[in-house]
Amino acid sequence: MTETPLWEVFIRPRNGLAHKHVGSLHAADEVLALQAARDVYTRRGEGVSIWVVPSVAITASDPDHAAENFEPTADKIYRHPTFYDIPDDVGHM
Amino acid sequence: MYSQGLIGADGRTTETPEFLQAFQKRIDAEDKIEPKDAMPEGYRKTLVRQIGQHAHSEIVGMLPEGNWITRAPSLRRKAALLAKVQDEGGHGLYLYAAAETLGVSREEMTEELLSGKAKYSSIFNYPTLSWADIGIIGWLVDGAAIMNQIPLCRCSFGPYARAMIRVCKEESFHQRQGYEIVMTLAQGTPEQKEMAQDALNRWWWPSLMMFGPHDADSQHSDQSMAWKIKRFTNDELRQKFIDATVPQAEYLGLTVPDADLAWNEAKGGYDHGPIDWGEFWRVVKGHGPMARDRIKARKKAWDEGAWVREAALAHAEKRAARKIAAE
Repeated sequence: MTETPLWEVFIRPRNGLAHKHVGSLHAADEVLALQAARDVYTRRGEGVSIWVVPSVAITASDPDHAAENFEPTADKIYRHPTFYDIPDDVGHM
Repeated sequence: MYSQGLIGADGRTTETPEFLQAFQKRIDAEDKIEPKDAMPEGYRKTLVRQIGQHAHSEIVGMLPEGNWITRAPSLRRKAALLAKVQDEGGHGLYLYAAAETLGVSREEMTEELLSGKAKYSSIFNYPTLSWADIGIIGWLVDGAAIMNQIPLCRCSFGPYARAMIRVCKEESFHQRQGYEIVMTLAQGTPEQKEMAQDALNRWWWPSLMMFGPHDADSQHSDQSMAWKIKRFTNDELRQKFIDATVPQAEYLGLTVPDADLAWNEAKGGYDHGPIDWGEFWRVVKGHGPMARDRIKARKKAWDEGAWVREAALAHAEKRAARKIAAE
């Protein structure tokens, strides 16, 4: 059986906001993917713009490497503004 | 959703006691499980079965209602019913996409539905005999589905929970449009009220059966509760549904067809009469009045749509080739 390619769908809810992943669908090409995304994911005013991306084009990080990828950021508290002591007299900074 | 590289992937994991314990710890901490995370094979299989059945139910559920689109009594009703049936198709799609993240393909799931290997909700094997059935289905069948689906929005598997949030947002219109249809009939002529009562009589018990066997007889319940795929037992959800629905029937002046139905002050809920589980199992095993028709209709749609799928792919290939030639 021939498999129809899988696409990931991203929708911009309104201008000023970024496109956000909302789901996926199967379609033969990008024209049909856009049409199907409009029918399936925007039936109630969910957006003003759609991106469709072939699922195979997405490279994802490996959850097994989540620890080494993301945990080191947790102990670098000096990257946050609250790490630094500024006297109240200086005012808002 | 994120299923690249997962379809047909080897879902086996080495299930040491440490691995299972660590997995359960994540579940207990309300951490969501995402598609590429390591998970016990049983967790994956349970979800593939459950999400697949759920998706099939949405798609097959389009048939009994689609049966009445051309005969809806007004343009308002027709537009609403069309929108509802289109929603069910969309719900099926969100769910198939969620199941695909677990490594099963849409084609495999479709084949399992058509061959009878996969089940769908047996409620759709009952016929829709009158227009009142369309109202009753929206009110009771969608109402029962909402009871089941709201806790699924907190299911431990991320893609299933996210799909459910979209589905639940859309379902509440379904239940309201159904109740409005029944209300119009119940407040109409004596014949119209009789139609509504007749439909309630036929759909009440099958709706209660939608929650599945009693907890003591439910084979998948305990593990699904531990994995937080399910949040409430079948009997708990059934009780919530009855308690919510009986006053709605009273408001309409309709009688719930259960002579044993009585308010139980001590438990703060209704007691109900015995459910005919013989009928439930007959329908689940494919002896429902409409079971053969439903699969026949799905098979016809799949077979007769094959040329459209093939033509779309051939056209896409031709366009891609032209684009390469032009570059």
